[in-house]
Amino acid sequence: MSAESPLVRFENIQKSYDGEILVVKDFNLDVAKGEFVTMLGPSGSGKTTCLMMLAGFEPATNGEIYLKGKPINKVPPYKRGIGMVFQNYALFPHMTVAENLSFPLEVRGISRSERETRVKRALDMVQLGEFGGRRPMQLSGGQQQRVAVARSLVFDPDLVLMDEPLGALDKNLREQMQYEIKHLHEQLGLTVVYVTHDQTEALTMSNRIAVFDDGIVQQCAAPAALYENPENAFVANFIGENNRIMGTVKNIDGEHVSVTADSGDNIVAHKVNIENVGDRTTLSLRPERVFVSPEEGSVDNVFSAKVEELIYHGDHIRTRFKVCGHDDFIVKVPNSAKHSALQENNTVNIGWKVEDCLALDA
Amino acid sequence: MSTAELTLTEDGIPLKEKLAKTTALQRRRALLLTLPLVIFLVVSFVFPIGQMLFSSVHNDKVSAVVPTFAEAIIQWDGEGLPSEQIFEIFVKDLAAAKKVREIGRTVGNMATRINYEMPGSRSLFTSTARKAKKIEAPYKENLIKVNKKWANPTIWLTMQRAARDITPAFYVAALDLKYDENGDIVRADELYQIYLNNFIKTLGVSALITLICVVLAYPVAYLLSVLPLRQANLLMIMVLLPFWTSLLVRTTAWIAILQTEGVINDMLVFMGFISDDGRIQMIYNQTGTIIAMVHILLPFMILPLYSVMKTIPPTYMRAALSMGAKPLYAYRKVYLPQTLPGLAAGTLLVFILAIGYYITPALVGGEDGLLISNLIAYHIQKSLNWSLGAALGTLLLAVVLILYWLYNKLIGIDKLRFG
Ligand SMILES: Nc1ncnc2c1ncn2[C@@H]1O[C@H](COP(=O)(O)OP(=O)(O)OP(=O)(O)O)[C@@H](O)[C@H]1O
Ligand SMILES: [Mg+2]
Repeated sequence: MSAESPLVRFENIQKSYDGEILVVKDFNLDVAKGEFVTMLGPSGSGKTTCLMMLAGFEPATNGEIYLKGKPINKVPPYKRGIGMVFQNYALFPHMTVAENLSFPLEVRGISRSERETRVKRALDMVQLGEFGGRRPMQLSGGQQQRVAVARSLVFDPDLVLMDEPLGALDKNLREQMQYEIKHLHEQLGLTVVYVTHDQTEALTMSNRIAVFDDGIVQQCAAPAALYENPENAFVANFIGENNRIMGTVKNIDGEHVSVTADSGDNIVAHKVNIENVGDRTTLSLRPERVFVSPEEGSVDNVFSAKVEELIYHGDHIRTRFKVCGHDDFIVKVPNSAKHSALQENNTVNIGWKVEDCLALDA
Repeated sequence: MSTAELTLTEDGIPLKEKLAKTTALQRRRALLLTLPLVIFLVVSFVFPIGQMLFSSVHNDKVSAVVPTFAEAIIQWDGEGLPSEQIFEIFVKDLAAAKKVREIGRTVGNMATRINYEMPGSRSLFTSTARKAKKIEAPYKENLIKVNKKWANPTIWLTMQRAARDITPAFYVAALDLKYDENGDIVRADELYQIYLNNFIKTLGVSALITLICVVLAYPVAYLLSVLPLRQANLLMIMVLLPFWTSLLVRTTAWIAILQTEGVINDMLVFMGFISDDGRIQMIYNQTGTIIAMVHILLPFMILPLYSVMKTIPPTYMRAALSMGAKPLYAYRKVYLPQTLPGLAAGTLLVFILAIGYYITPALVGGEDGLLISNLIAYHIQKSLNWSLGAALGTLLLAVVLILYWLYNKLIGIDKLRFG
């Protein structure tokens, strides 16, 4: 095994439950040691399935999964040494918190005194040192969550899998736990494969995000790259907010394409994944990259737009425009003196730069 | 606000009082709804059990037939033979009783009562009663002349005991004990020691049935809990099928299957496993009782187990495996303990039902398959010794209550999950 070989490698993984539909179509992913990789995707896109194949609870229908360079398709789950946090925590209700944590150590035949110190250390790590004698039922959701995390880490696994571990928590607690998990990841140098369908969670926590849809990884990249340079319309739409304008490619000039929108307007955009002149395309524009009443020459596209609706958000005003045949064009207008004059039904100029307008597949 | 101060509502009434008032009506209505059930329980349950407890210690067959004598003999000191006076009362009472035709108050009834404790004494009473009118003073001498058995002090001791309406005699009999000639309690002769052995046998058979039910029901319940809904429903119907056919039909079916000329034996002979005269006796003995009762009681084990297993998500086992536990270890440490409430409930249910089961052993049990409830039924229906039947029934009830108490001590009734 070479030093560079990834800790986990999915190679051409396919999975079908019923022999008719491929739930996972062609999954390839490398996870390096110490990385925090998130699988993000809508419900039913096959995230849990991939995690279960890695953990060994579901066989891969085709392809091979490698752990530390060794194929593990035939290794039973209890020999894989992978820590796991389940969506509903799966804390054993008939055992105390300490017994729960001690379970993986007992299995490994670790002596009683050693077990006690390690359980203590793991509980302290998640700030639950006092709660060892309680039953899981006597803990709050957030505390149970932390116990589940501690239990997955107590036997020092090479790899920790977390399947929507924060799904059941309220917003505040979720944000706090995101921070704590991230902190543990950095502190202990863990390798984490994380599953969520909450894009904010994915963006704030991960080194890399694999965006899933329809059994295929649409894009796997660092959070900033996903947001700034989505490779296709699904990713652009799924990560963050975006305005979409449908059109047809009229001319391709290197990086730039000119597109005729369905309304007839001509728009210059940045080429991403379109091939030929005459193709249908989706133009993607982030709401914060659109300028209202731009200065002459500062942007490449300028259109006159009618203000349909203003929603006050404090730091910005969410403005809905009618432009290029779409009446749901959202712009985040900074709350500055310059723009306070915007009124509903006014018509103003709005514009954007070429590199902020991505020409993606239809 | 200080804690001593009462919380008041808007109109100045203490909050507690107001709350009680508003909920009282609701509660009364709810109680009224349960009234039919309460009445039903009292009539069909509390009252008969009280009746049973009472008749197990109460028997007035002697005092009802020869009332004056009963009062007199109770005063007797038990030394030698009773006085001439008591003999006189006895003879006169007996003569008077001979004329009574009312069922339950005849000399025969009294004779039967005393015969329980002194087997073989029945004819002594009936024959003497016939001559009682002609017996004259001196009564002691003449009575003994009629039958010299009257000179035996034991018969008078026995009569003294039986004259008391409240008597432990039936518990003495139910526990395979008896009174000896001096009125001391000793073990009954071996030939008459049937009840204790039968109690032990009943407990043993019930335990075996329960064990078989556990072994059979556990995998079925597990399968039920993990199968997809369609298959699970089908399996559930098969589990419940015994509930939908009459007990008699099922039992008869077992007879058809198990008897020496039955399906199983025919198959075994046909396939050459046994010879035609080596047919196996599988019914009209304990084996038959066990097979048929396991079949009947199995749903009572499966259902509580299933209801508990259904609530155990598969992630627990997965979590255990992911932590490195081998499947068997994970099962033992994680799955099994969580099914205990259902297992305990099922075990209790099946065991208690088995202990008191009557119809199946009566039909397929033959001689050695009879259980304690069959003996109780015998005394209630055939021998008409209701008091002994009641005493046996009370003992059975006591055994069940003790088991229940033990169970509560060991497992905790509040932990049981029946469904
Ligand atoms: N045991 C199973 N048997 C049959 N089909 C299954 C099974 N588990 C999942 N599927 C199907 O596989 C697809 C992917 O499921 P999966 O659980 O991997 O989705 P997911 O991405 O985790 O979704 P979610 O965000 O809702 O958890 C779904 O269409 C689902 O119906
Ligand atoms: Mg999932």
